[in-house]
Amino acid sequence: MIESVLVANRGEIARRVIRTARRLGIRVVAVYSEADAALPYVREADEAVPIGPAAPASSYLDVRAVLGAARATGVAAIHPGYGFLSESAEFAAAVIDAGLTWIGPPPAAIQQMGDKINARNLMEQAGVPVAAGTREPVADVASAIAGAGRIGYPVMIKAAAGGGGIGMSAVANETELRTGFETARTRAERFFGNPSILLERYVEQARHVEVQILGCSDSAVLALGERDCSVQRRHQKIAEETPSPGVTPELRARMLAAAALAGETVSYRGAGTVEFLLDATTKDFMFLEMNTRIQVEHPITEMVTGIDLVEQQFRIAAGEDVSFRPASVRAEGHAVELRVYAEDPRRFLPSPGLITEWLEPSGPGVRVDAGYEAGNEVTQFYDPLLAKLCVHGASRDEALQRARAAVADFHVRGPKTNLPFHAELLASDEFTSGCYDTSVVARLRA
Amino acid sequence: MVALPTAAIAGELSEEAGVTEVRAEMVANVWQVVAAEGDQVADGDTLVILESMKMEIPVLAESEGTLTKLAVAEGDVVQEGDLIAVIE
Repeated sequence: MIESVLVANRGEIARRVIRTARRLGIRVVAVYSEADAALPYVREADEAVPIGPAAPASSYLDVRAVLGAARATGVAAIHPGYGFLSESAEFAAAVIDAGLTWIGPPPAAIQQMGDKINARNLMEQAGVPVAAGTREPVADVASAIAGAGRIGYPVMIKAAAGGGGIGMSAVANETELRTGFETARTRAERFFGNPSILLERYVEQARHVEVQILGCSDSAVLALGERDCSVQRRHQKIAEETPSPGVTPELRARMLAAAALAGETVSYRGAGTVEFLLDATTKDFMFLEMNTRIQVEHPITEMVTGIDLVEQQFRIAAGEDVSFRPASVRAEGHAVELRVYAEDPRRFLPSPGLITEWLEPSGPGVRVDAGYEAGNEVTQFYDPLLAKLCVHGASRDEALQRARAAVADFHVRGPKTNLPFHAELLASDEFTSGCYDTSVVARLRA
Repeated sequence: MVALPTAAIAGELSEEAGVTEVRAEMVANVWQVVAAEGDQVADGDTLVILESMKMEIPVLAESEGTLTKLAVAEGDVVQEGDLIAVIE
């Protein structure tokens, strides 16, 4: 097993990785920016190294600072968490070049999946279903109009190098396409340094369903079940559940097989997530993208399978077998994750500030992965995720009932939070019925 | 970073005798200053783009007039309630 690791991240995911590392007897080093010195994860690591000012570019995204901390503390490995440098093939290669173990997939797999156009084409060739779309970067408005004509409106405009919903928009006609294309290209250039745009057929009533995969040391790729991530605002997830109420056993078998095939196609190793769009009407599913790292919502898969996914990441990176027998994996019961964000529950606008009270719920089936505690300042420099409230029950009804009670028992004072939104979601007929799609939040706010 | 798709106004307005003060609604970094002092602005024009928690938040003019004061520069940090601009 790996003897020591540096966690190149912050907040709840740093804390999450530290917890498993300590359980496995791995010495763990945290890194932190000036804004994060008082966060719980810094104290919970065996050692913590300051790596620079609050701005991510000068700390968590600074490859030299992170590698410098790894050298100074003599660690054997780096775990990147999610976000920041986790999907940088250059960083992964730099870690490996420095003689350290990279807790993630091979840099080539990150690269192949990092460009959405490349990933789409690769998946199509491998026989994984993809939505009708453009196979080459769309260079100008004229090609966009021609492309949309072939695909048929409405179309989705996406940044090829993008993520997190940035630059994405659905357009219904040529006028909207002209505006949307320019906006997407400007944003793609600004945020990703790459103006490449792709167009895809837009599915109006769709669920967003993803599959957790694990690429094992013996090169087998396991699919560990799906997560429904259709509850979104601004194309970003707010709540997830597993199993998906929109997926039948027969459909699940096909989606899991397609996800494993996607992983095999890029010789994937470690934990990854294959995202699909599921047409709620026809039940056709299409490859969207692959996230080549641990996913924010991984805990709900852990709750139903009993598998510690971060432990498997460590084992696979060390060239060891996974800790469970692949043939014996069963998903039991139902799990829900609610992302607790520092944002107002009506308009979802950011709300940084000092946390003056923090009381987490507890009880059977309740797990809270939190990045903060009372006395911490939530700053404007990072994403608004305060905690993930995860709940497990024997059935979906029991999981939702426990989630309602847990939301009511979660008390945060200081920044505004979206906990009142979660209470509203859990009380809504659409969500509780299970028959919802990616527009559910828009309808709740209409 | 995510941009709000529609007119999400981060400014709080206080208006007296044809003078509109635009104030910050949250702690944020000033990402981009779009307008300049002396500009004629129309209702809905973007004055400044703030950035907070990986989100781009455009601050829009909610009345037309002359931008007589622009109280922030790119790179500034604004606190909740800080003055961003004055339109007369």
